[in-house]
Amino acid sequence: MNVRLWGTRGSLPAAGPETVRYGGNTSCVEVRPDGGGLVVLDAGSGLRRLGDRVDVVDRIDILLTHLHLDHIMGLGFFAPLFRPEIEVHLWGPSSSISDLRARISRYLNPPLFPVRLPDLPSRVVLHDVPLHRFTLPGLEVTADLICHPAPSVGYRLTDATGTLTYLPDHEPALGCRVFPTTREWTSGSDLALEADVLLHDAQYTSEEYPARVGWGHSSVAHAVAFAELVGARRLVGFHHDPGRTDDALDRLWDLSTWQREPQLPVVPAHEGDTFTVSAA
Amino acid sequence: MSQHSVEVILAKQLASHLTLPIFLVDPIGNLLYYNEPAEQLLGHRFEATGEMPVDDWATTFQPTDRDGRPLPASDLPLVVAVDKRVPAHRTMTIRGLDGVVRDIEVMAFPLEGEGARFLGAVAIFWETGPR
Repeated sequence: MNVRLWGTRGSLPAAGPETVRYGGNTSCVEVRPDGGGLVVLDAGSGLRRLGDRVDVVDRIDILLTHLHLDHIMGLGFFAPLFRPEIEVHLWGPSSSISDLRARISRYLNPPLFPVRLPDLPSRVVLHDVPLHRFTLPGLEVTADLICHPAPSVGYRLTDATGTLTYLPDHEPALGCRVFPTTREWTSGSDLALEADVLLHDAQYTSEEYPARVGWGHSSVAHAVAFAELVGARRLVGFHHDPGRTDDALDRLWDLSTWQREPQLPVVPAHEGDTFTVSAA
Repeated sequence: MSQHSVEVILAKQLASHLTLPIFLVDPIGNLLYYNEPAEQLLGHRFEATGEMPVDDWATTFQPTDRDGRPLPASDLPLVVAVDKRVPAHRTMTIRGLDGVVRDIEVMAFPLEGEGARFLGAVAIFWETGPR
Protein backbone atom coordinates (compact mmCIF):
# COMPACT_ATOMS: atom_id res chain seq x y z
CA MET A 1 0.00 0.00 0.00
CA ASN A 2 1.07 3.56 -0.60
CA VAL A 3 0.83 6.17 2.13
CA ARG A 4 0.96 9.95 2.15
CA LEU A 5 1.02 12.09 5.27
CA TRP A 6 -1.23 15.16 5.01
CA GLY A 7 -1.06 16.14 8.65
CA THR A 8 1.39 15.07 11.33
CA ARG A 9 0.85 17.69 14.05
CA GLY A 10 -0.91 16.91 17.31
CA SER A 11 -3.55 18.76 19.29
CA LEU A 12 -3.73 21.98 17.25
CA PRO A 13 -2.69 23.17 13.79
CA ALA A 14 0.63 24.96 13.96
CA ALA A 15 0.96 27.18 10.91
CA GLY A 16 3.91 29.49 10.54
CA PRO A 17 7.38 29.85 9.14
CA GLU A 18 8.83 27.88 12.05
CA THR A 19 6.88 24.71 11.16
CA VAL A 20 7.12 24.47 7.38
CA ARG A 21 9.44 21.46 7.22
CA TYR A 22 7.55 19.12 9.55
CA GLY A 23 4.20 20.68 8.73
CA GLY A 24 1.48 22.31 10.74
CA ASN A 25 -1.63 20.35 9.83
CA THR A 26 -3.19 17.92 12.26
CA SER A 27 -3.59 14.18 11.79
CA CYS A 28 -4.53 12.96 8.34
CA VAL A 29 -3.04 10.05 6.40
CA GLU A 30 -3.95 8.92 2.89
CA VAL A 31 -3.75 5.18 2.27
CA ARG A 32 -3.95 3.66 -1.19
CA PRO A 33 -4.24 -0.12 -0.88
CA ASP A 34 -2.50 -2.31 -3.41
CA GLY A 35 -5.86 -3.44 -4.78
CA GLY A 36 -7.23 0.08 -5.24
CA GLY A 37 -9.48 2.21 -3.09
CA LEU A 38 -8.91 5.26 -0.94
CA VAL A 39 -8.79 5.09 2.83
CA VAL A 40 -8.11 8.12 5.00
CA LEU A 41 -6.89 7.86 8.57
CA ASP A 42 -8.31 10.70 10.63
CA ALA A 43 -9.82 13.96 9.49
CA GLY A 44 -7.54 16.58 10.97
CA SER A 45 -6.81 19.85 9.21
CA GLY A 46 -4.65 18.01 6.68
CA LEU A 47 -7.84 16.56 5.20
CA ARG A 48 -8.63 19.80 3.38
CA ARG A 49 -5.60 19.61 1.10
CA LEU A 50 -6.16 15.92 0.47
CA GLY A 51 -9.76 16.64 -0.50
CA ASP A 52 -8.66 19.14 -3.11
CA ARG A 53 -6.60 16.44 -4.80
CA VAL A 54 -8.96 13.48 -4.75
CA ASP A 55 -9.23 12.03 -8.23
CA VAL A 56 -12.18 10.17 -9.68
CA VAL A 57 -13.42 7.82 -7.00
CA ASP A 58 -16.88 6.66 -6.08
CA ARG A 59 -16.10 5.69 -2.50
CA ILE A 60 -13.87 7.01 0.26
CA ASP A 61 -13.50 5.43 3.68
CA ILE A 62 -12.43 7.73 6.53
CA LEU A 63 -11.32 5.92 9.66
CA LEU A 64 -11.43 8.13 12.73
CA THR A 65 -9.41 7.10 15.76
CA HIS A 66 -11.42 9.33 18.08
CA LEU A 67 -13.36 12.55 18.06
CA HIS A 68 -10.98 15.04 19.65
CA LEU A 69 -11.15 18.17 17.56
CA ASP A 70 -7.70 17.87 16.00
CA HIS A 71 -8.83 14.58 14.42
CA ILE A 72 -12.13 15.78 12.94
CA MET A 73 -11.68 19.50 12.27
CA GLY A 74 -11.00 18.91 8.57
CA LEU A 75 -14.29 17.11 7.89
CA GLY A 76 -16.33 20.18 7.07
CA PHE A 77 -13.69 21.32 4.59
CA PHE A 78 -13.31 18.00 2.74
CA ALA A 79 -14.36 18.75 -0.83
CA PRO A 80 -15.60 15.20 -1.63
CA LEU A 81 -18.30 15.62 1.01
CA PHE A 82 -19.81 18.23 -1.30
CA ARG A 83 -19.75 15.97 -4.38
CA PRO A 84 -23.01 14.02 -4.76
CA GLU A 85 -21.44 11.28 -6.86
CA ILE A 86 -19.17 10.19 -3.99
CA GLU A 87 -20.07 7.85 -1.17
CA VAL A 88 -18.13 8.72 1.98
CA HIS A 89 -18.01 6.11 4.70
CA LEU A 90 -17.11 7.50 8.11
CA TRP A 91 -15.92 4.98 10.67
CA GLY A 92 -15.26 5.86 14.29
CA PRO A 93 -15.83 4.84 17.88
CA SER A 94 -19.19 5.13 19.56
CA SER A 95 -19.37 5.83 23.27
CA SER A 96 -21.26 3.86 25.87
CA ILE A 97 -24.26 6.17 25.44
CA SER A 98 -24.01 7.66 21.92
CA ASP A 99 -23.42 6.28 18.45
CA LEU A 100 -20.99 7.86 16.01
CA ARG A 101 -23.72 9.85 14.27
CA ALA A 102 -24.81 11.51 17.49
CA ARG A 103 -21.26 12.20 18.56
CA ILE A 104 -20.01 13.64 15.29
CA SER A 105 -23.17 15.68 14.81
CA ARG A 106 -22.13 17.77 17.77
CA TYR A 107 -19.39 19.19 15.55
CA LEU A 108 -21.13 19.20 12.15
CA ASN A 109 -23.92 21.35 13.47
CA PRO A 110 -24.46 25.04 14.28
CA PRO A 111 -23.05 26.92 16.06
CA LEU A 112 -19.76 25.05 15.63
CA PHE A 113 -20.23 24.50 11.87
CA PRO A 114 -22.80 25.97 9.49
CA VAL A 115 -23.61 22.81 7.51
CA ARG A 116 -25.36 19.94 9.21
CA LEU A 117 -24.39 16.36 8.51
CA PRO A 118 -27.71 15.48 6.77
CA ASP A 119 -27.32 18.49 4.49
CA LEU A 120 -24.03 17.39 2.94
CA PRO A 121 -24.48 16.63 -0.79
CA SER A 122 -22.42 13.44 -0.81
CA ARG A 123 -23.82 10.14 0.36
CA VAL A 124 -22.44 9.86 3.90
CA VAL A 125 -22.61 6.49 5.61
CA LEU A 126 -21.66 6.35 9.28
CA HIS A 127 -20.37 3.24 10.98
CA ASP A 128 -19.74 2.62 14.66
CA VAL A 129 -16.38 1.01 14.10
CA PRO A 130 -16.44 -2.68 15.08
CA LEU A 131 -13.78 -3.64 17.60
CA HIS A 132 -12.53 -6.53 15.53
CA ARG A 133 -11.39 -7.36 12.03
CA PHE A 134 -13.39 -6.12 9.04
CA THR A 135 -12.74 -5.53 5.38
CA LEU A 136 -12.71 -2.48 3.16
CA PRO A 137 -12.03 -2.44 -0.56
CA GLY A 138 -8.48 -3.73 -0.91
CA LEU A 139 -7.81 -3.84 2.83
CA GLU A 140 -8.23 -5.92 5.93
CA VAL A 141 -8.75 -3.62 8.91
CA THR A 142 -8.58 -4.33 12.62
CA ALA A 143 -9.70 -1.74 15.15
CA ASP A 144 -9.29 -1.93 18.89
CA LEU A 145 -9.60 0.41 21.83
CA ILE A 146 -6.31 1.87 22.99
CA CYS A 147 -5.14 3.93 25.92
CA HIS A 148 -6.19 7.54 25.29
CA PRO A 149 -8.87 9.63 27.04
CA ALA A 150 -12.43 8.99 25.78
CA PRO A 151 -13.23 6.11 23.44
CA SER A 152 -10.25 5.93 21.11
CA VAL A 153 -9.19 3.22 18.70
CA GLY A 154 -6.10 2.35 16.76
CA TYR A 155 -6.05 0.70 13.36
CA ARG A 156 -4.11 -2.10 11.75
CA LEU A 157 -4.37 -2.12 7.95
CA THR A 158 -3.16 -5.04 5.89
CA ASP A 159 -3.18 -5.51 2.14
CA ALA A 160 -1.39 -7.96 -0.10
CA THR A 161 1.92 -6.15 0.34
CA GLY A 162 2.22 -5.23 3.99
CA THR A 163 0.83 -3.98 7.29
CA LEU A 164 0.49 -0.42 8.55
CA THR A 165 -0.46 0.29 12.17
CA TYR A 166 -1.79 3.72 13.08
CA LEU A 167 -1.74 4.80 16.73
CA PRO A 168 -1.52 8.59 16.55
CA ASP A 169 -2.75 9.29 20.08
CA HIS A 170 -1.60 6.60 22.46
CA GLU A 171 -0.20 6.42 25.97
CA PRO A 172 0.76 2.80 26.56
CA ALA A 173 3.03 3.82 29.43
CA LEU A 174 0.14 5.17 31.51
CA GLY A 175 0.35 3.79 35.03
CA CYS A 176 3.39 1.63 34.33
CA ARG A 177 6.08 1.75 36.99
CA VAL A 178 8.50 0.55 34.33
CA PHE A 179 7.88 0.79 30.60
CA PRO A 180 7.77 -1.32 28.58
CA THR A 181 6.16 -4.16 30.44
CA THR A 182 5.09 -7.45 28.83
CA ARG A 183 3.33 -7.35 25.49
CA GLU A 184 0.07 -8.87 26.74
CA TRP A 185 -0.24 -6.07 29.33
CA THR A 186 0.53 -3.29 26.84
CA SER A 187 -2.20 -1.30 25.11
CA GLY A 188 -2.08 -1.44 21.32
CA SER A 189 0.37 -4.29 21.14
CA ASP A 190 -1.85 -6.67 19.18
CA LEU A 191 -2.56 -3.96 16.63
CA ALA A 192 1.10 -3.16 16.19
CA LEU A 193 2.56 -6.65 16.38
CA GLU A 194 5.31 -6.96 13.75
CA ALA A 195 3.83 -4.15 11.67
CA ASP A 196 5.89 -3.18 8.66
CA VAL A 197 5.29 0.49 9.44
CA LEU A 198 4.12 1.84 12.78
CA LEU A 199 2.82 5.40 12.85
CA HIS A 200 2.88 6.20 16.56
CA ASP A 201 2.36 9.11 18.90
CA ALA A 202 5.68 10.69 19.89
CA GLN A 203 4.54 14.06 21.14
CA TYR A 204 6.74 14.64 24.16
CA THR A 205 10.30 14.62 25.29
CA SER A 206 11.17 12.35 28.19
CA GLU A 207 11.51 15.45 30.34
CA GLU A 208 8.03 16.73 29.42
CA TYR A 209 6.16 13.45 29.91
CA PRO A 210 6.03 13.32 33.75
CA ALA A 211 4.06 16.57 33.84
CA ARG A 212 1.62 15.25 31.23
CA VAL A 213 0.82 11.75 32.48
CA GLY A 214 -2.74 10.84 31.62
CA TRP A 215 -3.05 13.28 28.73
CA GLY A 216 -3.00 10.30 26.36
CA HIS A 217 0.32 10.74 24.58
CA SER A 218 3.79 9.26 24.47
CA SER A 219 7.31 10.49 24.69
CA VAL A 220 9.64 9.66 21.83
CA ALA A 221 11.41 7.20 24.13
CA HIS A 222 8.12 5.46 24.91
CA ALA A 223 7.27 5.26 21.22
CA VAL A 224 10.61 3.62 20.46
CA ALA A 225 10.26 1.21 23.40
CA PHE A 226 6.74 0.30 22.27
CA ALA A 227 7.90 -0.28 18.68
CA GLU A 228 10.69 -2.53 19.89
CA LEU A 229 8.35 -4.44 22.21
CA VAL A 230 5.95 -5.30 19.38
CA GLY A 231 8.66 -6.06 16.85
CA ALA A 232 7.65 -3.33 14.40
CA ARG A 233 9.94 -3.03 11.41
CA ARG A 234 9.89 0.74 11.08
CA LEU A 235 8.66 3.52 13.37
CA VAL A 236 7.41 6.85 12.14
CA GLY A 237 7.04 9.30 15.03
CA PHE A 238 3.76 11.18 14.71
CA HIS A 239 1.56 13.79 16.42
CA HIS A 240 4.25 16.40 16.97
CA ASP A 241 3.59 18.88 19.74
CA PRO A 242 2.12 22.09 18.28
CA GLY A 243 4.65 24.15 20.20
CA ARG A 244 7.63 22.34 18.72
CA THR A 245 9.41 24.25 15.93
CA ASP A 246 11.23 22.61 13.05
CA ASP A 247 14.57 23.27 14.74
CA ALA A 248 13.31 21.82 18.01
CA LEU A 249 12.06 18.72 16.20
CA ASP A 250 15.43 18.37 14.46
CA ARG A 251 17.10 18.33 17.85
CA LEU A 252 14.54 15.93 19.35
CA TRP A 253 14.95 13.44 16.49
CA ASP A 254 18.72 13.68 16.16
CA LEU A 255 19.55 10.03 16.78
CA SER A 256 23.19 10.88 17.38
CA THR A 257 22.19 12.45 20.68
CA TRP A 258 20.19 9.45 21.87
CA GLN A 259 21.52 7.30 24.66
CA ARG A 260 21.24 4.12 22.62
CA GLU A 261 20.53 3.13 19.05
CA PRO A 262 16.98 1.86 18.45
CA GLN A 263 16.55 -1.73 17.30
CA LEU A 264 14.61 -0.60 14.23
CA PRO A 265 14.65 2.31 11.78
CA VAL A 266 13.10 5.37 13.44
CA VAL A 267 12.15 8.58 11.67
CA PRO A 268 9.91 11.54 12.47
CA ALA A 269 6.88 12.17 10.28
CA HIS A 270 6.97 15.13 7.92
CA GLU A 271 3.84 16.46 6.28
CA GLY A 272 4.00 15.44 2.65
CA ASP A 273 6.05 12.30 3.26
CA THR A 274 5.14 9.39 1.02
CA PHE A 275 6.16 5.81 1.46
CA THR A 276 5.25 2.30 0.44
CA VAL A 277 4.33 -0.20 3.12
CA SER A 278 5.83 -3.50 2.17
CA ALA A 279 6.75 -6.65 4.04
CA ALA A 280 9.79 -7.02 1.78
CA MET B 1 -0.35 -14.77 24.25
CA SER B 2 -2.61 -12.05 22.89
CA GLN B 3 -3.00 -8.67 24.49
CA HIS B 4 -5.57 -8.02 27.21
CA SER B 5 -8.24 -5.43 26.48
CA VAL B 6 -7.31 -1.86 27.29
CA GLU B 7 -9.94 -1.72 30.04
CA VAL B 8 -8.37 -4.72 31.78
CA ILE B 9 -4.90 -3.25 31.33
CA LEU B 10 -6.04 0.01 32.90
CA ALA B 11 -7.78 -1.86 35.73
CA LYS B 12 -4.51 -3.61 36.50
CA GLN B 13 -2.58 -0.36 36.37
CA LEU B 14 -5.05 1.27 38.73
CA ALA B 15 -4.91 -1.69 41.12
CA SER B 16 -1.13 -1.61 41.12
CA HIS B 17 -1.23 1.96 42.45
CA LEU B 18 -3.88 1.46 45.16
CA THR B 19 -3.41 0.34 48.73
CA LEU B 20 -6.68 -1.61 48.68
CA PRO B 21 -6.21 -5.34 48.08
CA ILE B 22 -7.58 -6.05 44.60
CA PHE B 23 -8.16 -9.22 42.54
CA LEU B 24 -8.71 -9.15 38.77
CA VAL B 25 -10.16 -12.05 36.78
CA ASP B 26 -10.99 -12.69 33.14
CA PRO B 27 -14.50 -13.45 31.74
CA ILE B 28 -14.38 -17.09 32.84
CA GLY B 29 -13.03 -16.27 36.27
CA ASN B 30 -9.39 -17.07 35.75
CA LEU B 31 -7.17 -14.96 37.97
CA LEU B 32 -5.19 -12.44 35.96
CA TYR B 33 -3.63 -10.33 38.67
CA TYR B 34 -3.66 -9.34 42.30
CA ASN B 35 -1.83 -6.35 43.69
CA GLU B 36 0.74 -6.05 46.48
CA PRO B 37 -1.81 -5.30 49.24
CA ALA B 38 -3.66 -8.45 48.19
CA GLU B 39 -0.40 -10.36 48.36
CA GLN B 40 -0.16 -9.43 52.04
CA LEU B 41 -3.72 -10.56 52.62
CA LEU B 42 -3.35 -13.82 50.73
CA GLY B 43 0.08 -14.52 52.11
CA HIS B 44 1.68 -15.08 48.74
CA ARG B 45 3.42 -13.11 46.00
CA PHE B 46 1.56 -12.90 42.69
CA GLU B 47 4.79 -13.75 40.92
CA ALA B 48 4.81 -17.03 42.80
CA THR B 49 1.27 -18.07 41.92
CA GLY B 50 0.89 -16.36 38.54
CA GLU B 51 -2.35 -16.54 36.65
CA MET B 52 -4.62 -19.19 38.14
CA PRO B 53 -7.78 -21.05 37.02
CA VAL B 54 -10.93 -20.25 38.97
CA ASP B 55 -11.10 -23.77 40.44
CA ASP B 56 -7.66 -23.25 41.96
CA TRP B 57 -7.99 -19.81 43.49
CA ALA B 58 -11.54 -20.49 44.71
CA THR B 59 -10.22 -23.27 46.95
CA THR B 60 -6.59 -22.32 47.59
CA PHE B 61 -7.51 -19.75 50.21
CA GLN B 62 -10.04 -22.07 51.91
CA PRO B 63 -12.92 -19.59 52.10
CA THR B 64 -15.48 -20.24 54.82
CA ASP B 65 -18.36 -18.35 56.31
CA ARG B 66 -18.02 -16.85 59.78
CA ASP B 67 -19.10 -20.16 61.29
CA GLY B 68 -16.38 -22.07 59.52
CA ARG B 69 -18.56 -23.72 56.91
CA PRO B 70 -16.73 -24.00 53.58
CA LEU B 71 -18.06 -21.68 50.91
CA PRO B 72 -18.65 -23.19 47.49
CA ALA B 73 -17.11 -21.28 44.61
CA SER B 74 -20.56 -20.23 43.45
CA ASP B 75 -21.02 -18.23 46.68
CA LEU B 76 -17.86 -16.19 46.27
CA PRO B 77 -18.58 -12.57 45.24
CA LEU B 78 -16.06 -12.67 42.43
CA VAL B 79 -17.64 -15.80 40.97
CA VAL B 80 -21.09 -14.23 41.31
CA ALA B 81 -19.84 -11.12 39.50
CA VAL B 82 -18.54 -13.29 36.67
CA ASP B 83 -21.43 -15.74 36.44
CA LYS B 84 -24.34 -13.36 36.99
CA ARG B 85 -22.62 -10.14 35.91
CA VAL B 86 -23.88 -8.24 38.93
CA PRO B 87 -22.07 -6.68 41.89
CA ALA B 88 -21.81 -8.91 44.93
CA HIS B 89 -20.66 -8.57 48.52
CA ARG B 90 -20.16 -10.83 51.52
CA THR B 91 -18.11 -11.40 54.63
CA MET B 92 -15.97 -14.51 54.83
CA THR B 93 -12.90 -16.02 56.35
CA ILE B 94 -9.86 -17.14 54.42
CA ARG B 95 -6.63 -18.88 55.26
CA GLY B 96 -3.73 -17.25 53.46
CA LEU B 97 -0.92 -19.28 52.02
CA ASP B 98 1.11 -18.04 54.97
CA GLY B 99 -1.28 -20.01 57.21
CA VAL B 100 -2.89 -16.93 58.78
CA VAL B 101 -6.68 -17.01 59.10
CA ARG B 102 -8.29 -13.64 58.35
CA ASP B 103 -11.82 -12.28 58.44
CA ILE B 104 -12.46 -10.22 55.33
CA GLU B 105 -15.17 -8.46 53.43
CA VAL B 106 -15.25 -8.79 49.68
CA MET B 107 -16.96 -6.57 47.15
CA ALA B 108 -16.87 -7.64 43.51
CA PHE B 109 -18.19 -6.04 40.35
CA PRO B 110 -18.22 -7.03 36.71
CA LEU B 111 -16.15 -5.21 34.10
CA GLU B 112 -18.06 -4.28 30.99
CA GLY B 113 -16.39 -2.34 28.20
CA GLU B 114 -17.56 -0.34 25.19
CA GLY B 115 -19.92 -2.34 23.00
CA ALA B 116 -21.22 -4.30 25.99
CA ARG B 117 -18.14 -6.50 25.97
CA PHE B 118 -17.88 -8.54 29.14
CA LEU B 119 -14.24 -8.40 30.19
CA GLY B 120 -14.08 -10.04 33.60
CA ALA B 121 -14.49 -8.82 37.16
CA VAL B 122 -12.71 -7.04 39.97
CA ALA B 123 -12.84 -7.83 43.68
CA ILE B 124 -11.85 -5.48 46.48
CA PHE B 125 -10.96 -7.03 49.81
CA TRP B 126 -11.15 -5.46 53.23
CA GLU B 127 -9.57 -7.18 56.18
CA THR B 128 -11.79 -6.91 59.24
CA GLY B 129 -9.28 -8.67 61.46
CA PRO B 130 -7.04 -11.69 61.89
CA ARG B 131 -8.48 -14.57 63.90
